[in-house]
Amino acid sequence: MERDSVFHNDRLGAPRNPLLDQLPSYQSLLYRRKPSASGSNKRRGSSRTRLGSSSSGKWGQTTLARQHEEKLRTQTLQRPVRELPKPMAEKRRDKDQRLEQAKDLSSWSQWKQSTRRTLRRLKEDGFEMLSNLELWRGDIHVIEGMFGTGILSYFSFLRFLVLLNFIMFLLMFGFVMLPIITAPHASGNTTFNHVDGFECSNYPSTSRRGLVVFHQHITDLLSGAGFLEQTYLFYGYYKVETIHFPKFTYNLPLAYLLVTIAYLFLSLIWIVKRSATGFKRKLVQDEDRFQSFCNKIFAGWDFCIVNDSAARLKRSSLLYELKTDLEEERIKQKIADRTRKEKCRIYVIRLILNLFVIAVLAACFYSIYIATNFSQKAQMTKVNFILDLIYEYLPSIVITLANFITPLIFSLIIQFEDYSPAFEIRFTLMRCVFMRLTSICVLLVSLWGQITSCQEGNCVCGYNHILYPCWESRVGQEMYKLMIFDFIIIGAVTVFVEFPRKLIVDYCDCGLAKWWGQQEFAIPQNVLEIVYGQTICWIGTFYCPLLPAICTIKYFIIFYIKKVTLVNNCRPATRPFRASSSNFFFLAVLLIGLALACVPVTIGIAQISCSQACGPFVNYTTSWEVLPRTVSQLPAGARTFLLAISSEAFAVSLFVITCLAMFYVIALAGAHKRVINQLREQLVMDGRDKRFLIQKLCQAQRTCAIISTGAGSQSHSSDRVSPSYRSNSGVFLIQPPPDSATHV
Amino acid sequence: MGTTASQLGKDLLSEYQELTFLTKQEILLAHKRYSELLSKEDRNLTSVPMEKVLSLPELKSNPFRKRICHVFSTSDMKDGSLTFEDFLDLLSAFSDSATLEIKSHYAFRIFDFDDDGTLDGGDLEKLVNCLTGKTEDTRLTPEEMRQLISNILEESDIDKDGTVNLSEFQHVISRSPDFVRAKSLFCRTA
Repeated sequence: MERDSVFHNDRLGAPRNPLLDQLPSYQSLLYRRKPSASGSNKRRGSSRTRLGSSSSGKWGQTTLARQHEEKLRTQTLQRPVRELPKPMAEKRRDKDQRLEQAKDLSSWSQWKQSTRRTLRRLKEDGFEMLSNLELWRGDIHVIEGMFGTGILSYFSFLRFLVLLNFIMFLLMFGFVMLPIITAPHASGNTTFNHVDGFECSNYPSTSRRGLVVFHQHITDLLSGAGFLEQTYLFYGYYKVETIHFPKFTYNLPLAYLLVTIAYLFLSLIWIVKRSATGFKRKLVQDEDRFQSFCNKIFAGWDFCIVNDSAARLKRSSLLYELKTDLEEERIKQKIADRTRKEKCRIYVIRLILNLFVIAVLAACFYSIYIATNFSQKAQMTKVNFILDLIYEYLPSIVITLANFITPLIFSLIIQFEDYSPAFEIRFTLMRCVFMRLTSICVLLVSLWGQITSCQEGNCVCGYNHILYPCWESRVGQEMYKLMIFDFIIIGAVTVFVEFPRKLIVDYCDCGLAKWWGQQEFAIPQNVLEIVYGQTICWIGTFYCPLLPAICTIKYFIIFYIKKVTLVNNCRPATRPFRASSSNFFFLAVLLIGLALACVPVTIGIAQISCSQACGPFVNYTTSWEVLPRTVSQLPAGARTFLLAISSEAFAVSLFVITCLAMFYVIALAGAHKRVINQLREQLVMDGRDKRFLIQKLCQAQRTCAIISTGAGSQSHSSDRVSPSYRSNSGVFLIQPPPDSATHV
Repeated sequence: MGTTASQLGKDLLSEYQELTFLTKQEILLAHKRYSELLSKEDRNLTSVPMEKVLSLPELKSNPFRKRICHVFSTSDMKDGSLTFEDFLDLLSAFSDSATLEIKSHYAFRIFDFDDDGTLDGGDLEKLVNCLTGKTEDTRLTPEEMRQLISNILEESDIDKDGTVNLSEFQHVISRSPDFVRAKSLFCRTA
């Protein structure tokens, strides 16, 4: 690349252009300390000294430079000393100087400064103590050192989910279970739901009687039936209407419903807050390329890497990334050059393949539906232990199989659709996400279909009370089974697939080992696994209040399983997953899971009539009815206020105001973008102007010098002084021909 | 100066705490590591030669280790040797609590291979080669290198003078989400 030889003249042996050193903008580059041979540079090193009139006397000390110095000094005074990019000795000098100046201040401001300093130190100590309490801090540091920041983000995501589930459990426990447990101790009087004699409220006990064989306990544990059904674990146990404490009455159904809504909101807010920084950047960066190259080069090297093999891998992965990106650019160019005929062909192919994908998805969903129905029917008759268990877990097995096969199909198909490589990865991932999360919804829908379909066509109680006296517990059991199965699969895959693979690759030298290769920690698939588990938790907590606790323990154990398999079996991925965009990706997938989880919960609360035989909502048609009934019992003022908020007039006006605000913000963003572009152009022009002026000035100086040394001859000023920075005619290369005239 | 095997004085410790981003434990740990580097040498030396610093495990696999030593060294001989205070400056700039401005300032100096105050094409080429490797088969082809450098300059060179100066660099870095994460070093080893 051609360098602008106006600036870099050292190679030619000519002295540096002292004009540039005196520019105010160069004063801010305080660090450029050359050995004391060049006087001007040393002066620049400490911002306190003046500019001497070294070179061209006309310049000397400009007021501009002095003003700039003053500004710098006041700026540095306001910042703590440690934030100055200077070596220790200079920082010490600065600190002493400030102390000197501080002595001149009044005692009030001295005291203010010292208190500020001590407060800051206290705050730092406090933060340090808090960060020591962080869960798994040491483990995550070790992982970061060995595998870099991409995989680190996965583990910190896992830690975030553990905390989220724990908080959800605390919410549920504190507002639903604690009052029931403490009622006898706090002299509370619980009134239970008893609607006897009614056909719908007949709840046959499912606990086993007589001599129970041991393996039946295991079946019960794994399927949530039997002895587990009538425990705190499931919805059916909470048959409490109200609890009368001495000072107040506690409305348990209302609390149950509000806690459900609260934990969904809490998850939403926490996730959005966590993804806010990443999202803001993605929004703000309206440049096409998202600064990807600069990001890779300047922030590319992971300084946390400490061993040689990791360093080598990092190098090769960086090389691979760069080559892929450059390749991608070339492909984009190629795509832009496509002819119309090619475009038509590609679109037709894509349409066919997308239809094929939809067909595959439909087939999977249908098989889940069939499996659920079959499993529900088969649970009525008991054959033997193993077969019973398989029938219980049939939906989970089908879902897991479908989630295993479909990614392979998708990654095969996407190769024919001829997208750019980055888009391929993202699109396949989106399809897998959609597949995984929607399969839970399909399971629930087929379950509800079973629950609300009766023999005579029209259900007496609103649901099939013969087969499902307490259908919420049944749904809770299905969610419980899904969660347990998911956990078993993760553990089993680790033990039975990953460890043997490592052993085979290490000790066996056959072709199979070479083809299979060592395990790579595939971040997207692992993230999908845990988001799937979290979605089950969100859906299932309404029906199985202890599910968050089980989820917390499950993720806690999964952390250690994944850490062990990572350290022992895996090598770092050759296709690196960028940490920054990966954080955004994780949280985006989690948000999709949350959105998909809200749908079944809402339908379950608002649409389907709750069972009359169990649970807190016996006296209501649907679970949602608690709220309107409670609102109607509130005092008049609060009631009218709440009714006004939920009326149509309020909703429509809120919608209109939000739309207006959005349009305003979009217009503002557009205006800012235009201003930024204008400023950019102005910067470019100003840079050119500066170079042009310096060239002219140096020319003028040299012609002055030539004239004053008595050259006498007239030289033409070069008309070729083009302001283009690529011009070869740098000032010191222009040798004015001796017989041309100069215009002074 | 405190570079002997004896303990650091209390006022010196608090002064270092004020002048750097390191905590008390980190400063003591740094002192221990620095003394270990000195232990085989003459006790009266005030600075550790560059080769010894490069033998630290955290720096050994870092492609920029020589530049780091040169940037943080205040020795007059320009040989990259570090005194204890230089060492503390190094750790402070790479610690977790250092500001983005400090990190970007020192990163700019580290990437500026010819020390002229701007990142031009030659600096960028050396930078990319450091990142990808020294051997022939791990380098980019000249064509790719040209494409890459023109892409970088297009993204970061605002005033279109063909070089990246400090403010342009800091502007790019402030919008780079990976930077702070990647430029945090060690000092966690107990």
